[in-house]
Amino acid sequence: MAPIRPLHLAVALDGPARFDAAHYAGLVALAEHGALDFVTLGDPYTRPGPEALSVLSRIAPLTRRIGLVPTVTTTHTDPHRLAAALATLDWVSQGRAGWAVGVSATEAGARLYGHHAAPAPERWRDAERTVRVVTDVWDGRTDVWDGRTGGAVDGAGADGAGSPGRVPGPRTGRAAPRPPQGRPPVVVDLTGAREPGRRLAARHADVVLIRARTPDEAAERRATVLREARELGRDPAALRVLLSLSVDLGGGEPRPGSLDPRRSAARAAHFSGGPVELAELIARWHRDGAVDGCHLVPLDPHRDLERVVNGTVALLQHRSLFRSFLPGGTLREHLGLPRPARGRAPVAAGTAR
Amino acid sequence: MTAARRLRLAVRLTGAPGRTGTAFSQVEQLARTAERGLFDFLLLVGDAGTTGAATDFADCAAPAPGCPEPLTALGALAAVTDRIGLAAAVDPGATGPYDIARAVASLDHLSGGRAGWALAPRDVPGQRPPRRGADRAERYRRAAESVRAVRALWDSWPPGGPPRPVAHHGRYFTVEGEFTVPRCPQGRPPIVAVLTAGDSARGRDLAARTADVLLSRHRGPAAGRALTTAVGARLAAHGRRPADLAVMPEVTVVLGDSAADAEERAAGLRRPRTLPYPPVPARRGSPRERDGAVPGPLAVPSGPRRVPARRRTPLRAGGPAPEPEHPSFTGTAAAVAARMESYLRERAADGFVLVPHPAHGGLDEFVDRVVPLLQERGLFRTAYEGATLRSHLGLPEPVWKG
Repeated sequence: MAPIRPLHLAVALDGPARFDAAHYAGLVALAEHGALDFVTLGDPYTRPGPEALSVLSRIAPLTRRIGLVPTVTTTHTDPHRLAAALATLDWVSQGRAGWAVGVSATEAGARLYGHHAAPAPERWRDAERTVRVVTDVWDGRTDVWDGRTGGAVDGAGADGAGSPGRVPGPRTGRAAPRPPQGRPPVVVDLTGAREPGRRLAARHADVVLIRARTPDEAAERRATVLREARELGRDPAALRVLLSLSVDLGGGEPRPGSLDPRRSAARAAHFSGGPVELAELIARWHRDGAVDGCHLVPLDPHRDLERVVNGTVALLQHRSLFRSFLPGGTLREHLGLPRPARGRAPVAAGTAR
Repeated sequence: MTAARRLRLAVRLTGAPGRTGTAFSQVEQLARTAERGLFDFLLLVGDAGTTGAATDFADCAAPAPGCPEPLTALGALAAVTDRIGLAAAVDPGATGPYDIARAVASLDHLSGGRAGWALAPRDVPGQRPPRRGADRAERYRRAAESVRAVRALWDSWPPGGPPRPVAHHGRYFTVEGEFTVPRCPQGRPPIVAVLTAGDSARGRDLAARTADVLLSRHRGPAAGRALTTAVGARLAAHGRRPADLAVMPEVTVVLGDSAADAEERAAGLRRPRTLPYPPVPARRGSPRERDGAVPGPLAVPSGPRRVPARRRTPLRAGGPAPEPEHPSFTGTAAAVAARMESYLRERAADGFVLVPHPAHGGLDEFVDRVVPLLQERGLFRTAYEGATLRSHLGLPEPVWKG
């Protein structure tokens, strides 16, 4: 009973703030051993912790295959620097970079840049604009972008006076070589976001993370994401929808693997049980076509990741439900995504309406 | 061995020409070579910098498309090196203080105290001219304020203590709140003032007030002495000692078995310039390369890679590549070592930032032939004594003033 679609698995490295590279190196090596598609690392931003992009670039030379997906907060950052930094991560990792689009909602985050927090729709519009600029830079269309939207991103801060902290980046207008993957995949986490995030996902995401309590709910959400992408002229086959699942494998004795009803009330899929039950849950949801895979968020990465890889993943591999090695070299190859042509067709379709 | 001052040595990796042209492994190789040579630090700038006379701020530090972003690239180089300092050029005109402070502090933690910030206030090629206040003075003021704000963020975690809120309200930047990265291993990562465009009074003042290293343009021993003296006076005016700021001109070195041999090799350099890394032939014709339908100036398809001529020089625009200037030092290893010593003794420099040239042995030749002579003369370390960039530079632990 071969799966209809390949199963994709990713894991979050987030935990208590750690600043030593060895901690992250150990976790990523473990995930790579499990042939997972990618690891994610959240950007703590207003909480203590190192910048996610810095951490994963530090880890890149120590790994060979696994995708590296930092959360990059788009709200207050110069998109040109982001484009260069993400392209560099792709370069040092030889095509294994991705990025999760982060949005900072807090007033504390805004004040660090001398701003006030913008309302949610504006934040997501900002995020979308950042994604567009970053993509344009990679595609060598900085001139096009500048001509079209003028100082939209710089805003009043172009001369450094109107909006201190928001300063203009360089506009070189040169056609640059693209990152190794052309465009490192964009991951959009819809587990917390509502409407505005969905638009961003439909237009730009390569991977969408969703939350659901039941396979039916997940299938419905997946269908919605794919439909919205199709409406914007995108090929829904070039989108991967993963169930975000927080997992706690710390239970002493195996309980029946199931979604925790308490957490479910908060719309969060939370799994508590043993590695075998987790494998069965993943296999069931994937077999039913509800999702393309799972993004596992271990409660305690140090403890749970080892159990995920040596328990859950090993079992899925044993049942031929999951690959036992990564045949490709780039994150796009792991995800089965085509290399994008330079161009903005789906985006243009979206903005033209 | 006398108590002579020690020479500082660094290497500037000019912007690797894009991800299609240069494999990361080539940059990695250079970094390892520099570490084998016990260099103080690597300096990575974001754009395809050129050297010497043609250098301007304009050629430094741009997070330009096609060039690696220095902090991210150095993060990766931290994984493949153990001791060498890692200084990233970040333009305070393009990146806000909170982002700079966080990224440099993250690198400092992840590299075990080897991060540095190369401050490169500059004109940005191709950028829309700022609407007002566009003079250079403005850039230096902005840079100086950025340093204050960044250091306020770094210092907001007292040694061993909980963080204190930061409130910086300046002319250019406002930063309020708590910094999210605990005190760096180095406390204050060193700051390199990149003044290769020319040593203007404003640049010198910025360096004397804020920097730990001054990266200057190489213009001979007399100019070096004059710069060191002038900067020394400014240091005193800011209550700092001469030892607090290392003046390091950026130099190119061409070695030969004899003086004539070296001259001949130097003459060979005066063809179109090449970058420190040869192109990677294996990737040519790959989808990656083909994608670049319109090759930028950094994606010249064959032969030695031409560095774009100084882009803002109208006279040369569209013309042939400019004549490269003479290498700073040409000669046998012994002659070069002797000249470096005389610079140090005459206080014309505290050290040098090398810009290696691949056609003539690149960095390996310098490390293998000149470094041992410098060590014999007691001018250069024979092993790393500390683990942090501050310790390599002989800087004391920063005093936290609260």
